[in-house]
This record gives sequence, C-alpha cells and structure tokens, in this order.
Amino acid sequence: MKIVVQAEVFDLGAEVNAMRQGRTDIGAVASFVGLARDMNEGSGVQAMTLEHYPGMTEKALAALIDEANVRWTLLDVTVIHRVGRLLPGDSIVLVAVASSHRGEAFAACEFIMDALKTRAPFWKKEETAEGERWVDARASDDTAVARWAK
Amino acid sequence: MKLNMLYFARLRERFGVAEESVELAGTTVMDLVAQLQARGGVWAEELAAGRSFRVAVNQEIVAPEAALTDNAEIAIFPPVTGG
Repeated sequence: MKIVVQAEVFDLGAEVNAMRQGRTDIGAVASFVGLARDMNEGSGVQAMTLEHYPGMTEKALAALIDEANVRWTLLDVTVIHRVGRLLPGDSIVLVAVASSHRGEAFAACEFIMDALKTRAPFWKKEETAEGERWVDARASDDTAVARWAK
Repeated sequence: MKLNMLYFARLRERFGVAEESVELAGTTVMDLVAQLQARGGVWAEELAAGRSFRVAVNQEIVAPEAALTDNAEIAIFPPVTGG
C-alpha cells in the first residue's frame, strides 16, 4: 500500500510498474486519474489551490483503503493526491488497485475514489475571472458514496 | 479542559485564525460549538444550526455528541472537496 500527498506531478505508468515489479500474481490493475478542469459551475477556472489537513489526510486515506481490503481481495493499492496550486489539465489524484481479477480491481478503484471525495480532508479554492472562490461540496458525491453502503 | 483548535479552508479564512488554544467549560463537541458560537460575528454565523461543517477529534470526524478529552486536537472545517 502506498499513500502519498505531494505537490509534485506523478507518473501513472511508473506507479503501475512499481506495483507490478517482481510479481506474477497480479492479473489486473485498474487506475483512475483525476484532472483539473478549466470550467466549473458555469465559469472559467484559471487555477486552483488544494489545501489539506496534514496527518488526518493520510489516516483517512489509510482507513478507506482498509475498508476496500475488507470488501475485496486486493494485492496492492496506490493513492497519490496533489496539493498546492494546479492549472487546468494538471493531474490531481491517482488511485491504482491491483488484484487477481478485473472485477475486484474496478470495483475497489471506484469505491476508493468515491470515499476519498467525501472523507479525505482536502479543499479546493478556484481562481476565476471574478476572483477566488472555495468549491462547495456536491450532493452528487454523497450519492456516489452512498451506493457502496451495505 | 484545554483544547488545541485547528481551522481549515473557507472557515480558516472567515474566522481569521488557523489555530488557537481554547479553554472549554463543557464536555462534548456540542458544548464546544456552542461556546464558539457565543463569540458572535462570523463564529455565530458559520457555526449556526443548519450550516454545513465537520468536526474532527484527534483527526477523526465525530458526531456532535462525542465527548472531548483534555489536550485533544480539534479541527473544524467545511465539507471536503478533494479528488
């Protein structure tokens, strides 16, 4: 398991290769990369700054990966989340899940991303032509994570 | 009891403070929120009933009924928007 919060860009290929290195039991790797868009709530976004709660962030990410490990049989999980100032087109988050079969890898990757959106303490502030604004939490993110409730 | 308070994101900016030490007369998260509301101004406004905010005790999100302990790390922040 790898959990990293960093300002630097990440390399999806390098991260997936690191998971596979020296192993022959992995049959599937599902990955998700979230990107910064140039548009939100109907207005152009010139840049965004991501803030987090050091300490709690890592704990919250570890807790939701633990939950994924209880629900599915996973061989490895990598979560990398960037912080600081990002521009449209920049990568924000990477979730990669390795498993024996694709079904578990797909499901766990989506679950971890949905849970991250509502439980990991990150906040986005956007820069627009009208000034700066904090992004509001979306009801659709609550709906997305609720699908996983047992 | 003494509590170590942290504020994040929009609430940090609104309150104009990132961290502070608070002496709490009560015992629960609800008591703490009531004491902060009593400061008036932006505190009363942002922590009013019906406003959306989260409270974490020692880095775990808790319910309003949660009991607090001396020297706990308490964070108050808006609903999260990462990913």
